[in-house]
Amino acid sequence: MNLLFQLIAVVVALGLTTVVLIISRAPPLRAYANIVLGAVGTWDEFSNVLVSWVPLLLVTAGLILTFTVGLWNIGIEGQIILGAIFTTWALRLLQSSGMHPALILTASILAGMVGGALWAMLAGALKAFGGVNEIFGGLGLNFVATALNLWLIFGPWKRPGVASMSGTVPFPHELWLPTLTAQSRLSPSALIIAIVAIVVVYFLIRGTYFGLRLKAVGRNASAAYLLGVPTWQYMMVAFALCGVFAGLAGAIQVTSVYNRLIPAISSGYGYMGLMVAMLVNYQAALAAPVALFFAALNVGSIQLPIVLKLDSSLAGVLQGSLVLLVLLGQGVRQRLFAKGKSA
Amino acid sequence: MSGELILVGLAGVLTAAAPVLFGVLGETISERAGVINLSMNGTILLTAMGGFAIALASRSVVLGFIGGMVIGGLVALVVAFASITLHQSQVAVGFVLALLCRDLSYFLGSPIMGSTGPRLSILPIPFLRDIPVLGLLLFRQDVMTYLSFLLIAAAWLFIFRTRPGPMLRGIGERPAAAYVRGANVNRLRYFYTVTGGLIAGLAGPIYSLSVKAGWKGTISGLDGIGWIVLAITIFGGWNPFRAAFGAYLFSLLQWLGLVLQPALPGVPSQVLQVAPFPLMILTLLLVNIGNAEWVERTLARLPAPARRAIARILRAMNATPPSAMGTPFEKE
Repeated sequence: MNLLFQLIAVVVALGLTTVVLIISRAPPLRAYANIVLGAVGTWDEFSNVLVSWVPLLLVTAGLILTFTVGLWNIGIEGQIILGAIFTTWALRLLQSSGMHPALILTASILAGMVGGALWAMLAGALKAFGGVNEIFGGLGLNFVATALNLWLIFGPWKRPGVASMSGTVPFPHELWLPTLTAQSRLSPSALIIAIVAIVVVYFLIRGTYFGLRLKAVGRNASAAYLLGVPTWQYMMVAFALCGVFAGLAGAIQVTSVYNRLIPAISSGYGYMGLMVAMLVNYQAALAAPVALFFAALNVGSIQLPIVLKLDSSLAGVLQGSLVLLVLLGQGVRQRLFAKGKSA
Repeated sequence: MSGELILVGLAGVLTAAAPVLFGVLGETISERAGVINLSMNGTILLTAMGGFAIALASRSVVLGFIGGMVIGGLVALVVAFASITLHQSQVAVGFVLALLCRDLSYFLGSPIMGSTGPRLSILPIPFLRDIPVLGLLLFRQDVMTYLSFLLIAAAWLFIFRTRPGPMLRGIGERPAAAYVRGANVNRLRYFYTVTGGLIAGLAGPIYSLSVKAGWKGTISGLDGIGWIVLAITIFGGWNPFRAAFGAYLFSLLQWLGLVLQPALPGVPSQVLQVAPFPLMILTLLLVNIGNAEWVERTLARLPAPARRAIARILRAMNATPPSAMGTPFEKE
């Protein structure tokens, strides 16, 4: 029954996107074919899908924790940025220290995780002690993180002589996470980290006392509090853990994808992760395939402007209508089901 | 800077605040009725693009504005349907719509990107425009800016001084009590959510037909404004006058950022553009901190005179959201 509604939602979402394509006088089938080919046509393209799957899966893993405890961590975007900033900062600090490159890389990625966690805990502190709703605190902090990033790139970490929009000076090769081939940006270690992350979150929620308490707070915070679960502490831990995953995503963007800090370092993965988490109904089990699908849509649509003169935001249209219709489908199903029960 | 230049600048601040005001007041009405329309960022982008496209095709600014209203109303209708009828999370649906409408506006708007279309002209009010200082500041604006002035007062009067006002507040605060008093809570919530959407739907066209005329896709500089609108709504404490103060403050800060730029060469322009956001968080903190439990506990320990003084300040700044905001209403 559930599956049927989800299938209907997918079909209607495709239908809506097709209508949008027809309105803009574009050939729908060619557009879809282009996206599919752009994502899985060659090994190079598919490896790009995996490159964007890694940060998306990481943030989704983190967000499942905050959603489980009942928080809307919309500040995830800023947490990715802070992760990237902390990693860049550590790399700059250590790159001429004479330490072993592997050690520098590890330390810098850890710094990124700390950065993400700190930024997330700031949103958490605003909520717990300032009464600021995490959605608005998080949104504000996203803007602050963006500004901080731009200021660093255009100011103290400016690349001499080059237009700063291209980011900071690239780091030397030995400070890049090793990639599959010389041209590829796909790093096997990053791939492993992301897979481990989602597995850890899956078991954390399913199989541990900690996960059970997270769920209790998420379902009914006041009841959990009365039963002796320290509510705000659990929210804070969920924020911090989510920030660790987001910071890790930012660190990987710096160390293996761009090898420098760029203005759009978070690439919207945070918001996309929120959509993936909603689509999988906040369950870790389906997060990996759905995130892969979203990453494929994104990478597949990159060619659209060149081949079909269509804007690549088509991927976002398809993703958005998919999540919207699944939410609506859920509502319709619950309504019908509830009616059936009372009758 | 000469006095006249400053006046022109300040008049520009009022003009630039008009779209923010429409967004904030629309959202205030919707949230007063208990429905958060989180789609605002997408609504503003989609109505900006749609309003501009319609005005471009029809050569009519008026049709552009009407088109914007219709789009804003429709997006709000989706939020209302999903939350009121289908009992889905308002935040989730609104957030998805915020992203979906943004991408829709970029996708559908790409053919008209960079076109020059009609734009709203300035309409100085005879006689009033010649008043020294005030004439230049207030009465040499365009129609939508005048309307934004009127809307502040109209919204306040409606919420606090008319017969339907208490019912509007009631369905957002105590829907069960409002129901007992004969209100059709869900139908009213539909009505006010869509009304809020219609009003907020004017924000986009004000940008694309006046304040930042045209449609330039991702570089229109409109992405993000909707999120600020939501923050100002809270800052405004769901009171139109306080909301207006927030909108003008925001607009003023952005203008100051531009004006002060030459004086601060070390600070890149992108940073000054976002300067209002940290301030926004700070104000959110000030507005909300009175609600926090530990503040009350700490206050209780202070000596009476200090306690009263601090409590008074906190109360003046405090804003408590409509208590049923975000929750569906189900009659037993």
